[in-house]
Amino acid sequence: MNTTHYPTLTTQQVIEKRTLCVLVDNEPGVLARIAGMFSGRGYNIESLTVSETEHEKHLSRITIVTSGTASVLNQIEAQLDRLVPVHKVVNLTAKASIERELALVKVRGKGEHRMEALRLATAFGAKPVDATLDSFVFELSGPSDDVERFINLMADIGLVEVSRTGVAAIARGNEGL
Amino acid sequence: MTEMMTGAEMVVRAMQDHDVDTLFGYPGGAVLPIYDALFQQNSVQHILVRHEQGAVHSAEGYARSSGKVGVVLVTSGPGATNAVTGLTDALMDSIPVVCFTGQVPTHLIGSDAFQECDTVGITRHCTKHNYLVKRIEDLPRIIHEAFYVAKSGRPGPVVVDIPKDIQFQRGVYTPPGEIRHKSYNPRTKGDRSQIERAVDLMLRAKRPVFYTGGGVINAGPEASRLLRELVRLTGFPVTSTLMGLGAYPANDPLWLGMLGMHGTYEANLAMHGCDVMINIGARFDDRITGRLDAFSPYSRKIHVDIDPSSINKNVKVEVGIIGDAASVLADMLEIFRAKKRAEQAEEIRPWWKDINSWRARNSLSYRNSKEIIKPQYAVERLYQLTKNRKTYVTTEVGQHQMWAAQHFHFDEPNRWMTSGGLGTMGYGLPAAIGVQLAHPDALVIDIAGEASILMNMQEMSTAAQYRLPVKIFILNNEYMGMVRQWQELLHGGRYSESYSSALPDFVKLAEAYHAKGIRCGDPAELDAAIQEMIDYPGPVIFDCLVAKEENCFPMIPSGKAHNEMILPDFEGDTGSVIDAKGKQLV
Repeated sequence: MNTTHYPTLTTQQVIEKRTLCVLVDNEPGVLARIAGMFSGRGYNIESLTVSETEHEKHLSRITIVTSGTASVLNQIEAQLDRLVPVHKVVNLTAKASIERELALVKVRGKGEHRMEALRLATAFGAKPVDATLDSFVFELSGPSDDVERFINLMADIGLVEVSRTGVAAIARGNEGL
Repeated sequence: MTEMMTGAEMVVRAMQDHDVDTLFGYPGGAVLPIYDALFQQNSVQHILVRHEQGAVHSAEGYARSSGKVGVVLVTSGPGATNAVTGLTDALMDSIPVVCFTGQVPTHLIGSDAFQECDTVGITRHCTKHNYLVKRIEDLPRIIHEAFYVAKSGRPGPVVVDIPKDIQFQRGVYTPPGEIRHKSYNPRTKGDRSQIERAVDLMLRAKRPVFYTGGGVINAGPEASRLLRELVRLTGFPVTSTLMGLGAYPANDPLWLGMLGMHGTYEANLAMHGCDVMINIGARFDDRITGRLDAFSPYSRKIHVDIDPSSINKNVKVEVGIIGDAASVLADMLEIFRAKKRAEQAEEIRPWWKDINSWRARNSLSYRNSKEIIKPQYAVERLYQLTKNRKTYVTTEVGQHQMWAAQHFHFDEPNRWMTSGGLGTMGYGLPAAIGVQLAHPDALVIDIAGEASILMNMQEMSTAAQYRLPVKIFILNNEYMGMVRQWQELLHGGRYSESYSSALPDFVKLAEAYHAKGIRCGDPAELDAAIQEMIDYPGPVIFDCLVAKEENCFPMIPSGKAHNEMILPDFEGDTGSVIDAKGKQLV
């Protein structure tokens, strides 16, 4: 039995992941407003990607992957929507959508390790974008799970470092936001 | 008409264009050009406060009592940081405030210049929105937008940070026009089908209750009028949060009194036992709900709020209606009137019988004394002696605030100004100053505690300078009373640091501030002393010596539900009422 009078969970609820697309005015401080809302209210950000997508209108598109119970996730959407520079918040998880992430993966190794790295990269559709006699940098884009699996495999071979963009997402079909 | 002028002149001109007649501020290096522009005009009266926190609270008092936007002007660095508590207070209570802050010149921003701080960074979390003006071309638009954002939708504070070089630059001023904000256009008209669903629930209710809040006050006097009409048409009982007092008249038989942690027995049990709850402009705050999993377990809930994020935030509701309280109330009234069932009056009669039996417990009663003034008695007498005047009440925060809410009864909206959400000690005196400026002929009383009042006591100078006849009525029990009460209930009566030691002589203090001081500790002399305070034409500090260890009851203890209240006739060991988990709550 929960005895708090705070708005914590009163029943066990499932933690889910949700991908949100947030259309904002690209003005100074807008990212701090979004990130600050998450930290100030104790919400999670699993990944956040941002770039100006409509230059004439100065609109930026932010893709946020977050997790929480359904009620927390709904609250996150409502809290984002009430920020003044936010035009629109769309729950992409609720729609058929495509999520992609790009990773640059640096692997070091010689001989068989080096060959194995190249073979695995080919299997994953990763492209070598830099090579030395004992290293590769692979570029891989795909769903986060694929990127994750590729990195895990590389870890056994000689992973040096990884740079990931976080998720960019878009809804399927012919309609815009 | 567009016109060339300096940035500083634009600030003043924009205030005039937005009908600002009163500005609360404190000068400093980074706002000198604006002060120079103020010096050369007469339509905006500048009120010199003694601390920037006081400026924001005064603007809040002005805004809450008049329905207009409160306006503040402070300098960079410490001027801005001192305003932060006031801004947070305005954010929590949804009070429209525009706060202009000076900033170091643009080329010095980021260099740790003298009196520089990251004002927009610091105030991002305590404002509804804020702006740093980097180009003179943006200034007029930003100021007009600031007023629009502050007062539209769910109101709140907005900061406009203006670097000093922008204040000197010349540019084109454009007057305010119709604002169609590109991303912020809050919805005010409620969804008709949702309102119809709500009315259908209301029509079938056997045990209904209206639970109203500050949103009704913020929606303007028309919302209060519509609420009265709807409540009387339905014959349903009505209760309100601390923020909403006055929207429904306290002298009406359908009124149950305030609900929540220190609300009445009948209001809280009505909330607990109702089958349909109609929440208008309140936000299911933790002071209201008590233990969430035991909150109003048998009811279907309707929630009207202008802020979509309030719906389903703390409590899940069946019908959520996003809209302005006045607009939604008008629609509800129309639909309810068309569908009203005459039989319902009979159907809710047993519910009223229950409520009347709870009322008979008289949960606000207290044991009066002939020897010592009981704080509840003091508020009651203050109410009786002022109720036939145009009286406005502000408070500080603590026991006295709750006693004022319980025993001073409000029949009109905008008469009651108190720090609800943030609970800011030191709010009452500067707020009273703002109220008095908005209503020069009214009687304005700050019901205070001896600890709270010292937090912004410097504002007595402001009251003296502008001859504002505010009355500070201190319930002096020589304790931070609510802290002491919680220490009694939760910490074995170990009164750690809650005794108000080395208090000033408030009568002499009043005299030092060119005001009148009155002290009274005898119940027999109280009426005459209060009358003397009312009759005095200038500011008064009334040092009312009250019973020292009186507790504020009734009370829902931490971690308990509405039907587990402690009533004033509670005879058990108060220390055992709250369990270990309850002790961890605030």
